[in-house]
Parts: sequence; structure tokens; C-alpha cells
Amino acid sequence: MADPTIPILDMRAVSKTYAAGGRRTEALREANLTVERGEFVCLLGASGCGKSTLLRVAAGFEAPSAGEALMWGKPILGPGPSRGMVFQDYGLFPWLTVRDNIGFGPKARGRPSAEVRDTAERYIALVGLQAFADAYPHQLSGGMKQRVAIARVLANEAEVVLMDEPFGALDAMTRERLQDELLDLWSRTGLTILFVTHAIEEAIFLADRIVMMSPGPGRIEAVHAVDLPRRRDVSSPAFNDLRRMLAAQLHSHHAPRAAA
Amino acid sequence: MSTGIEAGALPATMPAPARKADRAGVGLARLRRLALACVVPAALVAVWQFTTAGRPYSLIPPPAEVWAELRDLAVGGVNDDAFSGTLWTHLAASLGRVYGGFALAAAAALPLGLLIGRVPLIRALLDPVLQVLRPVPVTAWLPLAMILFGLGPRSAFFLVFLGAFYPILVNTVFGVRSVEPRLFEAAAMLGCTGAAQFLRVVLPAALPSIFTGLRLGLGFAWVVIVVGEMTGVQTGLGAIIMEARQLSRTEIVICGMAVIGVAGFVSDWLVMLLGRRLLAWSPNHG
Repeated sequence: MADPTIPILDMRAVSKTYAAGGRRTEALREANLTVERGEFVCLLGASGCGKSTLLRVAAGFEAPSAGEALMWGKPILGPGPSRGMVFQDYGLFPWLTVRDNIGFGPKARGRPSAEVRDTAERYIALVGLQAFADAYPHQLSGGMKQRVAIARVLANEAEVVLMDEPFGALDAMTRERLQDELLDLWSRTGLTILFVTHAIEEAIFLADRIVMMSPGPGRIEAVHAVDLPRRRDVSSPAFNDLRRMLAAQLHSHHAPRAAA
Repeated sequence: MSTGIEAGALPATMPAPARKADRAGVGLARLRRLALACVVPAALVAVWQFTTAGRPYSLIPPPAEVWAELRDLAVGGVNDDAFSGTLWTHLAASLGRVYGGFALAAAAALPLGLLIGRVPLIRALLDPVLQVLRPVPVTAWLPLAMILFGLGPRSAFFLVFLGAFYPILVNTVFGVRSVEPRLFEAAAMLGCTGAAQFLRVVLPAALPSIFTGLRLGLGFAWVVIVVGEMTGVQTGLGAIIMEARQLSRTEIVICGMAVIGVAGFVSDWLVMLLGRRLLAWSPNHG
């Protein structure tokens, strides 16, 4: 299945137009993006740049209005376990414990219950939530909830993890810790990650490649490879140079409509 | 007089579960709540006693007489008339109708509510009809029920069913419609799609609302039981009230009212216990 010559995700001239109440909104115009297996790609841009739309097309929640969305060369027809999504608002099932949230995918796919239990335990341990295995989501902190959301996707053997501003609702310290944990998971598992953010620093810290997007209509502006050695030092001159360059580019998108 | 005070003081004589020091506060608070709950009933019984005792032409019998009648209804040995010792037969008949009608209403309203809430075609088909039928009071159905189902238990059963049906349906539909869309996306990307979402997402997510509906429905079932048993059945708490009314046995009427109140309260309490267990996950319940 995994032909190394075919990219794991391939967005070909993907456009998305929403029609609501007689008005048409062009959320995304002709976005081209390929993601190789094992890559960590960040979609970076201000709100309204279509980065979440592009992610939702990759997830299969939205069908492109024009263009093609492919995984391993085959059209993405709907959401599925191969592309796990981590939402900013977690999307955990409030009636299930941490263990059952993580076991939800394997169980829904009809795995035997002993296997579901083992898988859940393994991923509970992977995200360090052993002490909270029987807790319900409302008893957890934001950081713990997001760990559960990540573990739930990994336990379901997702090949691509799609993350929609996953750390946006967390406090700064928790966010940094989870960024480290995510990089650690990524380097150990060989996952492919497509990560949406509006924070420049977060994108530079995490990504192999940064895809800059701009609004009105949403489109891909530029793609930057980040060659800094890992674990990246956010206070190094090279990090700061890149940050300054990306910030200038990001702000130039806003220049014509300074009022906003 | 003494009977009212005894009844009011009964819970206070139960030992508080104050085995540990930190439990003592909880026990005390519970005791206080019980004591407070008894204030108004005790006052009402006192007023009742004061306004009825020693007045031979009072149309409302005093508490002691009602208490004696209640004992006679339960175990006999006081009046030894046609009503003596029949309470349990009537209670059992009413319980059977209340829970039977309620179970039938739940069995019909739950799947229907899930479908109306989730399937637009079924909503468009059924929702208008149900909205028009819903304001029609159960009492208005009485004559039609008697034509459709005849005089007797089947009519009573139908009316109880009707009383319990709408609260369960309305709350189920509401619960289903207010499931966060995000949860459907989460389920879908984890491999749970289509009809499987009914069982794994819709039902559990709507459970708090469904439970509210079941509780209201069971409450309504008790409310309409008297109407239901006005359809010419021989047994049941409603039937005994109607019969006693015709014989001007007001003390029996009051006994019937009291038993319905207590039975309804106990059944609601049981449902609440069950709910607390099933909804332990919800921050708004349990």
C-alpha cells in the first residue's frame, strides 16, 4: 500500500467555496500541497486564510469544490481512521472514561475486547495518564484532555495525524510541555503530522516545513523548509531570524486592511 | 393530634451516619434537611387537625380518622367493610398500569425521538402531527379512549401511556438535537459512521435529556392514573377514590391521594438513583 514514490497526502488545486444564505464565500483557492510520509508540516496563517478548511478537506469532513484530495494516491471520500483528527476543543466523549475514550476507535472497528483493553492501556501509558485512566473528561485539565485526544488517534493506528490548533486553548507552560511531548512521540513513532497554527514560534519549533497561507480568499503563499537542528532552541539567532522573516511575511498579508 | 406529630418526627429518630469525624458534618446537614422538609407537612397537619377535629358536621374528616382508615385499608380490623385490607390490591393494580403504560410509552417514544431528532425526513413527516396532538390534554382523550378501547383497564393503560409519551418524546428529541456536532466528527474520524453512531454517540450523549424525559414521563403517569382509572375499572387507587367519592367516604379519598403521593415520590426517587448511577460522567448530574 505504502508506495514510497507516492506522497501520503496530495492536495491538487483544492478549492472550497461555501454557499450560505445566498452568499458565496471562497474559503480556499487552488491549494497545492504534498506531504511525505513521516513529515511534520505546519499550516501557518491568520484567521480566515483557509488553513483549517484545508485540514478539514484532508480529514474528509469537507469535500473540495474543485480539485482533488488524495491519500496514497486515492481520493479521500470521507473521514476515516487512517487520518486521525485532534481538535482544539478536544471532542472527547464526555460519557466515557479516559480508558474508553482511547479505546473508542478500536472498539468501533470491531476489535476483540481484550485487544481493545491492551491497546488502551498501552496508549494511556504513552501519554502518561495511568493515574487518570478511570477519570471522565470533565475531571481533567486542558492539557490532559489533549493528551487523551492524541492517544485516542494513535490507538486507532492513524497514519496521518491532523491537528487543528490543538494547543491554542492551553496556557503557555502546558503548551510548551505538550509541544515537547508531541515531538517526542513523532520522532519515536514515525507519524506524519499536519498541524494548523497561527503561532509563528510554534510552527518553527515543530515543523519540517511551514506552509504560509494568506486570507481573502484563502490560499498558499509560500512554503519554507526549517533546517534548524532539533531540539530547537527558541532563543538562538537562527530561530529568531526565521521568526522575523515569517512575521514580516505574515504581516504583509494584513497590510492592505490595517483596520482589521 | 399525636399521629401527625409522630409522623413528622419519625425520620429525626433515625441515627445519623456519623461514624467518622468528617462524616459528622455531612450527617448533621442531612438531618437538618430532613427536619426542614418536615416543617411544612407538620404545620399543614396541625391546621388540618385544628380545623376539623371535634366538629361532627365537618365534610373533611380529621387526621386521626384518616389514619385509622389508612390502617384499615392496609391491614383491616378497624371497620371491616368492603374496603378493609384492599389497599394492596389497588396499589398493585395502579403500579401495574403506571409502570406498564410508562414502559410502553418509553418503548415507543425513545426510538421515535432518536429518529425524529436525527433523520430530517422522519422529522418532517411526524413532527407537525405530534406538535398538534401534544397540547390535547389526556382528560380530553377520555371519551375517545373509552370508545376505542372500551370500559376498563385497556383505556386506563392507554391514557397513562399518553401521559408519559410526550415528555419522553420531547426531551429525547431535544437531547438528540443538542448533541455537539464535534462528537459526530470525532466518532467518524475514529471509524464509527452511519447507524453505529446512534448507539455509540447519539444515545449516550442524549442520555441526560432522555433521563429528564423519563422522570417527567413517570411523574405524568402517576398524575393521569386517577383519570385513567375513571374509565370504569374495578381496582386501582384512582378507582377506589372515585368509588369512595360516590359513597361520601372522604377519608378513603384522602388515603388514596396520600398513597398516590408517596408511591409517586418513591418511584421518582428510584429513577433518580438510577440516573445518578448512569450519569456519573455528567458534570450536571450525579
